[in-house]
Amino acid sequence: MTAPDTTPATRTYDEVAVGDTLPELSIPLTRTLIVATAVASRDFQDVHHDPELARQRGSKDIFMNILTSNGLIDRYITGWAGPAAVVKAVRIRLGAPNHPGDTMVLSGTVTAKADEDRRVEVAVRGTNSLGAHVTGTVAVQLPKGVEAR
Amino acid sequence: MNEEYEKRLQAFVGRELNPLTPGQDPVNQPMIRHWAEAMGDTNPVYVDEEAARATGRAGVVAPASMVQAWTMRGYAATVRPAPARRGFDELVELLDEGGYTSVVATDSELEFLRELVPGDHISQQEVVESISPEKRTGLGPGRFVTTLKTYRDQDGEVVATQRWRTLRFRPAEQAPAPQEEPAKEAKEPEEPKALRPRPAINRDNAFWFEAARQHRLVIQRCAACGALRHPPGPCCPECASLEWDTVEASGHGHVHSFVVNHHPRHPAFAYPLVVAVVELAEGTRLITNLVGTDPDDVEIGMPVVLDWLDADPDLSLPVFRPAALEEN
Repeated sequence: MTAPDTTPATRTYDEVAVGDTLPELSIPLTRTLIVATAVASRDFQDVHHDPELARQRGSKDIFMNILTSNGLIDRYITGWAGPAAVVKAVRIRLGAPNHPGDTMVLSGTVTAKADEDRRVEVAVRGTNSLGAHVTGTVAVQLPKGVEAR
Repeated sequence: MNEEYEKRLQAFVGRELNPLTPGQDPVNQPMIRHWAEAMGDTNPVYVDEEAARATGRAGVVAPASMVQAWTMRGYAATVRPAPARRGFDELVELLDEGGYTSVVATDSELEFLRELVPGDHISQQEVVESISPEKRTGLGPGRFVTTLKTYRDQDGEVVATQRWRTLRFRPAEQAPAPQEEPAKEAKEPEEPKALRPRPAINRDNAFWFEAARQHRLVIQRCAACGALRHPPGPCCPECASLEWDTVEASGHGHVHSFVVNHHPRHPAFAYPLVVAVVELAEGTRLITNLVGTDPDDVEIGMPVVLDWLDADPDLSLPVFRPAALEEN
């Protein structure tokens, strides 16, 4: 492996075991984060950036859009798995909304491995002060090992 | 809901809601960078050619989860309606006709067939997979509409699929329902508006609720063999004696098991509601609520101490709070 030291280490398929837990990732849900991620995902629905309109529609404040929930889970899993990981699936169910001022804590557990295509399934959960914002599973394909490349 | 309406609704199954429509821009580095920055995603393979090649890729790739963003109409969608009437508009009208005027997204299931690279041009098509019968939900009666979005590249090859489920519902209350709001959230514990449900009091258990009104947590004890038991009952499960008295509990125990109830909600309770089985130091267990703790901090085995909930003038109940807080 000749990658420079600045490249984050990649987790290999053999290093991962069913039952492994991922370190938790705590994400402060600032107003700027909720607006910036909505715009970065090209979602200009008012409930994601305009507090007054969000309240008129029955919400207590603006809330995070779904593309961002997917994006943050993608970041969480590949942050753990490393840059060589290839995301194969992100399946989520939504729950309590992510409002500004709250914090979402992501956690994950490896639930399955499939040797034939080196796929690892991780059960993920993102909770905020209201309960579960998101629950789901992510599938990533990991490299066999450094010598395999 | 009448049969005729059901038929018209089910006729949408298999229909195309949105024809294959290309995104406005091809996959490109500036939008990838913007996404990665906003998400706080520092994975170098999205922005750094060399780092991407070090992982065996030909060059930078787009984040997988970004696939949906490539076909979003963006700000234009809020100021200019879609150019042509689509199946989607017809379905929304029919749902409106049935009173299902509000919508929340509930599930997204993305499967990725390959990674996208700058220069790919992604199109999306959406087809109805199923429309559920009317279901009772916490938001109101509604129907789950499941669709499949298919993402294709410039050569027509499928690069990703997304099963997408929304609940189309009649708002339970008159308040305007939020669009896309994922579930009526359990806010901070609010003032309960209704009385708690009355316990079913009978001659066998009245002593226990009477003691609770005096803020005494008692445990039934067999007068013959001394065995403690809960919930109250006329007969000792150990020796079958019908003679009994009570002892007063120390008020110390630990969490044997618990659930956090978010839904469905009863107006008498504050949510999130922690319902726990607490094992008392004396050995009996009771079903109770935990108070003074964040639901996320509750753990099985956690030491707890007795507190009292005066729900209303006629009802007092034992609840428990974390013992650690007492010691701090």
